[in-house]
Amino acid sequence: MSLSKQAVDRRSSTPGALLEILGLRIEGQSDEAWHEIVKGVDLTLRRGEVLGLIGESGAGKSTIGLAAMGYARPGCRITAGSIRFDSVNLADVSEAERRKICGARIAYVAQSAAASFNPAHRIIDQYVEAPLQHGVMGKAEAKRTAVDLFRRLRLPDAEHIGFRYPHQVSGGQLQRAMTAMAMACRPDLIIFDEPTTALDVTTQIEVLAAIKDIVHQFNTAAIYITHDLAVVAQMADRVMVLRYGELVEEAPTGVMLTKPQHAYTKSLWAVRSLRKEEEEPGEGALLSVHGVNAGYRAAVKVLQDISIEVPRGRTVAVVGESGSGKSTLARVITGLLPPLKGQIVFDGKPLPPALKGRSKDMLRRLQMIYQSPDTALNPRRRVRDILGRPLQLHSGLTGKARERRIVELLEMIELDQHFIDRLPGELSGGQKQRICIARAVAVEPELIICDEVTSALDQIIAEGILKLLLRLQKELNVSYLYITHDLATVKAIADWIVVMRDGRIVQQGAKGQVLTPPHHPYTDLLLSSVPEMATGWLDNLMAERAARKAQQLLKSADQ
Amino acid sequence: MNAIVATVLKRLGLGVVTLFVVSIIISLAIEMLPGDFAKSMLGQAATPETVAALRKDIGLDRPLAVRYFDWISGVVRGDFGYSLAGAGSLGGSRRPVADLIKPRLANTLFLAAVTAIIAVPLALILGMLGALYRNSLFDRIVNVVTLTSISSPEFFVAYILMLFLAIKLPIFHSLANVSPDTPFFERLGRIALPSLTLVLVIIAHMMRMTRAAIINLLGSPYIEMARLKGISPARIIYHHALPNAWAPIANVIAINLAYLIVGVVVVEVVFTYPGIGQLMVDAVSKRDLPVVQGCALIFAGTYILLNLIADIVSIVTNPRLLHPR
Amino acid sequence: MTTSLNRDANLVEDVGFAEPPPKLAHYTWLQSAWRELRRAPLTARFGLIVILLYILTALFAPLIAPYPETEIVGGAYEGWGKQFILGTDQLGRDMLSRLIYGARNTIGIAFVTTMLAFLLGGALGILASVLRGWVDEVLGRFVDVLMAIPQLIFALVLLSIVGTSVVNLVLIIAVLDSTRVFRLSRAVAVNVAVMDFVEAARLQGEKLGWIMSREILPNILPPLVAEFGLRFCFVFLTVSALSFLGVGMQPPTADWGSMVRENATLITYGDITPLLPAGAIALLTVAVNFVVDWFLHKTSGLRNEP
Repeated sequence: MSLSKQAVDRRSSTPGALLEILGLRIEGQSDEAWHEIVKGVDLTLRRGEVLGLIGESGAGKSTIGLAAMGYARPGCRITAGSIRFDSVNLADVSEAERRKICGARIAYVAQSAAASFNPAHRIIDQYVEAPLQHGVMGKAEAKRTAVDLFRRLRLPDAEHIGFRYPHQVSGGQLQRAMTAMAMACRPDLIIFDEPTTALDVTTQIEVLAAIKDIVHQFNTAAIYITHDLAVVAQMADRVMVLRYGELVEEAPTGVMLTKPQHAYTKSLWAVRSLRKEEEEPGEGALLSVHGVNAGYRAAVKVLQDISIEVPRGRTVAVVGESGSGKSTLARVITGLLPPLKGQIVFDGKPLPPALKGRSKDMLRRLQMIYQSPDTALNPRRRVRDILGRPLQLHSGLTGKARERRIVELLEMIELDQHFIDRLPGELSGGQKQRICIARAVAVEPELIICDEVTSALDQIIAEGILKLLLRLQKELNVSYLYITHDLATVKAIADWIVVMRDGRIVQQGAKGQVLTPPHHPYTDLLLSSVPEMATGWLDNLMAERAARKAQQLLKSADQ
Repeated sequence: MNAIVATVLKRLGLGVVTLFVVSIIISLAIEMLPGDFAKSMLGQAATPETVAALRKDIGLDRPLAVRYFDWISGVVRGDFGYSLAGAGSLGGSRRPVADLIKPRLANTLFLAAVTAIIAVPLALILGMLGALYRNSLFDRIVNVVTLTSISSPEFFVAYILMLFLAIKLPIFHSLANVSPDTPFFERLGRIALPSLTLVLVIIAHMMRMTRAAIINLLGSPYIEMARLKGISPARIIYHHALPNAWAPIANVIAINLAYLIVGVVVVEVVFTYPGIGQLMVDAVSKRDLPVVQGCALIFAGTYILLNLIADIVSIVTNPRLLHPR
Repeated sequence: MTTSLNRDANLVEDVGFAEPPPKLAHYTWLQSAWRELRRAPLTARFGLIVILLYILTALFAPLIAPYPETEIVGGAYEGWGKQFILGTDQLGRDMLSRLIYGARNTIGIAFVTTMLAFLLGGALGILASVLRGWVDEVLGRFVDVLMAIPQLIFALVLLSIVGTSVVNLVLIIAVLDSTRVFRLSRAVAVNVAVMDFVEAARLQGEKLGWIMSREILPNILPPLVAEFGLRFCFVFLTVSALSFLGVGMQPPTADWGSMVRENATLITYGDITPLLPAGAIALLTVAVNFVVDWFLHKTSGLRNEP
């Protein structure tokens, strides 16, 4: 780590501050050149305070979080600034000194628990390591506190779960175990780096509640890094908004939610308000799926008894968590996975179950857009070829006529015509997804399957994509089968909602109907687990659920 | 424990099956013999009787399946057939292939063992140091030196050593002539140069692979997590990295020992060391097929065995198999 | 609702919250190659120069060599002198000329063999990665078995049976080496074959040939090119080793491996002449390894982009 002492902090440090970062500058290396990724950030944290760091990907939040421990990943270096933790400047101090503080007084919770635990050692051994190495407590005491923490974090079988190996424990449980491990030395500060991003919505709730509880119980200060606004509203006392390595705005959570000052902050908050108007149900079913069963091996059925109808010019949203089978449904409809039972009818005619049996025209009328624009475009082909090839294949366009049509398509997706020569590597994430949309729309299909097309994008960009999709639907009268796990997106874009779980349809109906109670219990669970932009929502939800459970216990005790 | 035992047995079975298939291929290769093989082999002594006798010897008069079965049942009992040397001559003094192979195999194993004992620990240590002090001056110099070494043909290294350490400066013997009754220490002295050649070649390969494997391991997220917990670098290495290193390192050792088998052939020829490599090369130039087949089978068997051991080590040290859900 | 939507949309556009465009890299292939060359480390530049020299020597051998390849022009084992710069070999042929012709023969054979191995192994590897299923299984097992026999040993067995002609040599080593190429090309192609753009192409109705050559192949070129360099070295060393052992290229063809063997007795007199062809082999292999090392360093760095 190369440091310069240029930015020696001359301002008087805030009294009572646990962590004080002033003028932090960090450079990152890409392709032999160094660029600044954090450009002079100040951060103060008091004891017991929870600070939320939000920003979109690339804002530098993770880098700052690690820098709070005085650590820079390989490929990054801290070039200026002071990182004062309880009057020790972590940026200046020797490696050995920093090691004494890291782990003992500052702890880190990473995004992926599965990758952060050593597969060769038991969970309890990895828990006990930090306290033992730092001389904070003895082995027996550490083990006792482990069981206590596991219990507080509501892990099942708290007594014995420590004896398991990381791969024997589920993702959400492992994340909580990592939080326990971070608490092992009773640190003054914990840095949570997107701890629930990789978890299902229903699991996320449990982990969030657990983290919030434990941080309050031990009066630990915390930095909570996330890109999810609603989550930060639940967890943090104060929020800092970051963008391209700079601070945009900072305020207490309540104030920031109701009265954001900066235009960028306001736009972040506004994103979740997109709503599609209710429309009358469309004429005639374009696609009908009747009683479909599907699976990869005969014994294991991934889909059971699926029946869906997609009307012309409307959007059917398929909602479910991971393992619900929604992506498999897309593969069945496109012919990549022929169903074991049941039939699919397209425009009145039965669809050949396998891709091989379908005519070219049939392939044209049914298109698909994928989740990750990075893998959905061939990095070695220019936009001209990517859009031109389907035009050539299906519409027989070549030469100037093809060129003109490509420019038309670019206009439709709101991109300038000089994009025609670009390679995917020269496009941003949102632009790539627009090209994917253009590719699907180019041959004038009738049904487009959208497989989580906005899940991998930042929220502002995602909103742009959703608006584009809605506009195209109006202009081209194309139907969408929209697969997603995100309920906000469903509210924004759907006419008809299908809720799936474990390969079955749990509930389906018009949007208004499904979203208003009474719900199927699973729909209820899904809907209620989506964090909302109000402080105290989480506390209310947990209280509600606890009360309901207590009621049920009472009822069964009576009987 | 059952998962481990089952996987190991499966892997063992696969190894045995592979060995059988390899033996079939080696035996099958005879089918590719040109038609006039027997005649051209006997040369001057080719008469219809001797040609027929030779064809009978090689087994060309029998169908493929019978020939293979005869050969493999013999091999399992230790009978590799008879050498063709002296075929066609009157009063046939043809020696059993097994008698030819046994002493040679012992010599080669001795050479290989001495080489391995020196090379493997050295290479592992150098590799680990290279990984820990990555991109330092020491690492970069070693990188260039080992790259040069693995690029050089074995006979190049062998002759350079011979030239400078046996001829210009008569420190070692230039030719490794050992016989069954050479005493142990004299044996060691005589194989000094061939062993040194092999050591240099093997260390280069193994060091590079070890370094790469350890660097890969040190990049794992759980190692970063250990650093963030404030664990000392020494403990990170022996407590966190090492338990996960057995499998990749066993793999590296197995690959390189297998490489040793091949390098041994050239080195034995250069230093005229009476090992199985030189036997095979001689047999190939004389087209003494039974000997060639026998040697090939032994080389292949050793190769398969080494890979098998590497795979079993990675199975036995895999925590997911040791402690299934 | 709609009015507030529009207002927010304008907000986004007004304050210009579009993502910053990534750096445009609109250099031609030649320009970017030249830029890379200027930044290359010493070892890579050394390697490239050496390779260039060898290629030129191989191509222009008849113009450079002072004497013909197989003609006896002097006494046996004559020393280094003005007439024969590097002396003569065991039959009286000029060493320098044979070295120069040896470049053409040895490098030529190694190159052709590697090309064949790549065509065979590469095509099958990509095919297996796209088709998967039983094709992949069968090919995989077949390759596993072929690779269970050390290459040199297998080559020795086959050569003892079919005889040592140049054609046999090339074919045998090409087939044996194609197994390694198969493994590598399948491994990298599988990573590409699971990408969504390959599935998208399949859904558009693209045929197998298109998918293999236009979707997958362009995306696996960097590791394949690096592997070509490495396989060339290996083939080169194997052909030389076989010639050294007497079962590779046969006299009177000038071949570096057999030249070492033929003149080996000179070593016992302290003469380094036999080391020259061996050194020539080593030098080319080192040079190629340096270049491949640098190339891998460059391309793996590029591939780390998200």
